[in-house]
Amino acid sequence: MSDTNSLLEARGIGKAFLGITALDAVDFALERGEIHALLGENGAGKSTLIKILTGVYSRDHGTMRLDGAEVTPTSVAEAQGLGIGTVYQEVNLLENLTVAENLFLGRQPRRFGLIDRREMRSRSKALLERYGLDIDVDALLSSYSVAVRQLVAIARAVDLSGKVLVLDEPTASLDAHEVEMLFAVLRRLRQEGLGIIIITHFLNQVYAVADRVTVLRNGRLVGTRKLAELPRLELISMMLGRELQHITREHQAQEETIASTAEAPIRFSGYGKRGSVAPFDLDIRPGEVVGVAGLLGSGRTETAFLLFGIDHADSGTATVDNQQITLSSPEAAIASGFGFCPEERKTDGIIGDFSVADNIALAVQARQGWAKPISSREKAALAESFIKSLDIRPADPSRQMKFLSGGNQQKAILARWLATEPRLLILDEPTRGIDIGAHAEILKMIEKLCADGMSLVVISSELEELTAIAHRVIVLSDRKHIAELKGDQVTADNIMQAIAAPARTEAA
Amino acid sequence: MIHTRNLPFVTTLGIFVIAYALCVLQFPNMLSTRVIGNLLTDNAFLGIAAVGMTFVILSGGIDLSIGSVIAFTSVFVAVLVGSLGVHPLIAFAAVLVISTLFGSLMGAMIRYLGIPPFVVTLAGMFLARGAAYLISTESVPISHEMIDTIQGFYFRFPGGGRLTALAILMLLVFIIGAFIAGRTRFGANVYAIGGSQQSAELMGVPVGSTTVGIYALSGFLSGLAGIAYTLYTSSGYSLATVGVELDAIAAVVIGGTLLTGGVGLVAGTFIGILIQGLIQTYIVFDGTLSSWWTKIVIGILLFVFIVLQRGIIWYSNRRLAEGRLKEI
Repeated sequence: MSDTNSLLEARGIGKAFLGITALDAVDFALERGEIHALLGENGAGKSTLIKILTGVYSRDHGTMRLDGAEVTPTSVAEAQGLGIGTVYQEVNLLENLTVAENLFLGRQPRRFGLIDRREMRSRSKALLERYGLDIDVDALLSSYSVAVRQLVAIARAVDLSGKVLVLDEPTASLDAHEVEMLFAVLRRLRQEGLGIIIITHFLNQVYAVADRVTVLRNGRLVGTRKLAELPRLELISMMLGRELQHITREHQAQEETIASTAEAPIRFSGYGKRGSVAPFDLDIRPGEVVGVAGLLGSGRTETAFLLFGIDHADSGTATVDNQQITLSSPEAAIASGFGFCPEERKTDGIIGDFSVADNIALAVQARQGWAKPISSREKAALAESFIKSLDIRPADPSRQMKFLSGGNQQKAILARWLATEPRLLILDEPTRGIDIGAHAEILKMIEKLCADGMSLVVISSELEELTAIAHRVIVLSDRKHIAELKGDQVTADNIMQAIAAPARTEAA
Repeated sequence: MIHTRNLPFVTTLGIFVIAYALCVLQFPNMLSTRVIGNLLTDNAFLGIAAVGMTFVILSGGIDLSIGSVIAFTSVFVAVLVGSLGVHPLIAFAAVLVISTLFGSLMGAMIRYLGIPPFVVTLAGMFLARGAAYLISTESVPISHEMIDTIQGFYFRFPGGGRLTALAILMLLVFIIGAFIAGRTRFGANVYAIGGSQQSAELMGVPVGSTTVGIYALSGFLSGLAGIAYTLYTSSGYSLATVGVELDAIAAVVIGGTLLTGGVGLVAGTFIGILIQGLIQTYIVFDGTLSSWWTKIVIGILLFVFIVLQRGIIWYSNRRLAEGRLKEI
């Protein structure tokens, strides 16, 4: 309060759900004209804190001051009225409405009690121009890219609230160029005196854009620090509460042995589908991690869909142990010993209302055929062993899947496929949206699996991750496999160069 | 340039114009103000109810109670006016209050108890039908000076057609409905909820009061449709208007409103009603066809429209995907 620059100040915020403490006496202060990153592992209490600040949840303890006056928003609309606007990660705006309708929903300009569409249009245009967007505001929001939608959401939130802007994972589905565009907007808003809270998993972006950082862990405040004075390693150890163990490239020695295995048991040749992925050759050997790199929309996920029989190839052949197979459905792929963890965990991977044990047993059941149900004892044993070996928390097989954090959900999906003992496991963005601790664990698990002789295909947009675990990296661009990097060639620089200059790589 | 979201409406309009032209080619008499006037009058009660249904479906819900509420209203009014001698205006007011409250109650249950609209309005359907039986199982005739006046009122078109009070009422309901949907905050909120209730809530849309308002509006319009039906038949009968809610849904969907909510126009529903009326009129003109052909044609049209809607969604998704690729 003594700090005249203080914009939003929360003290001793506490919140419990059904007796379980989610936030314990957390202090948080946001200044005018600052970008403040809020960091923490999954389950640290970030979203709970944000939801209290923005009026979604009510707090059990503590006080909240905005501009020095005590406030207690009880709904999103009330928080907006006070000046606190939020842009959520997934549920953003309404795709069935036009851009202008989205910008002015709930506060449309009116004449004689009726919405004045012309006024709404011109005000929308003027508003978006300030963000460097010159688009048709009468077109449906769904006709624009995620980045544009994100900017529209920010424009709405700022215009609506004008004091505090909360961004929950704003960059999760943006590419590097779009992220830069977004950050330029945030910097400008900071200059205008807005206080911005940003939640993100990407530390690079935190350092690129934020002034200060507040770290939460297990519902408690770890600290608030200026980023300029905070070395990265220290920040990570604040988040994890332990020293980060480096993931080392131990597989250098193995590479020789893999390469010397003359015949790959799983081979795809000339495999492709028109309009999806151009024909490619891919050999996969046991104990090998094949990385797949490329920008969003380059055909990464489409490749995985082909390999797992979700999409059907219209050219080429697939052979396993010199026997030609037809991947006509995921069922057929499972029968050939394939497994697949999709990118969209929440929609394609888990069944939220099922228990952890049921989710794990799903693929085993599918392989056995539905006529032969797994006994509940078998299921319990299965769940117990994987919960222990993968360290799934909470260690409760009967817990509904939707109540687990992202990292633990991902582990449970891995467990589902590991239970079928696949020979080839395809992972699409296995570490997207999960915290650093679980991230490291999953990477370690991948290394262990390939040491045990399993083959893995890992799709990832994080180059460091790929270079850390992959023996080979396939680079995709424009729905073509344009390069294959092996051994020492597997570096982030090489991958980026391959993506950047597809024509040259092709010629070489 | 037609926006993709108006494509279903434009298609419906096109189908209506072509169908009407074909009808006129075969029976030139169908191009008369008399036919149009009758068409509007005969479908007035259905049209009024369908406006309410449009709002419900736009919000992603469904209201199955409409037919029963119409029957209840007509019996209630008939008994009040015909048997008890209450003034029609008082009876109308009373029944509109009841049906609006009934709709609000269903809306509140849907919103605050989290019960799916299908289940709540199914219960409402049985309840209203049962209440109608409770009042009277017989057809109750109704006659009153004022009602006779209303029934006798009309504007004469050139060519002998009559624009009756019922037709005027329906047209007014459509015009006001279109304004509410397109030009008020309530209307914008209905579209928002139909797009995504969660997003709408996070954007500060008062989802609770809007949901209650939507079903209250549908209840009110069902009551009004019931009054129109009573005036149309000069009686109240508890067995009447079974399945009218399904005709209303058909009109809404044929009118281009997405069954999943969020996309559609009140004007589309009007065309949907006209198409249904046109088919009936054609059957009358033909004289040899069974009236069940109405149902068959409506069924086919519904299929066509549902497929068309899927096609549009598929097409716009593909265009979006192509757009993304271009950006990269």
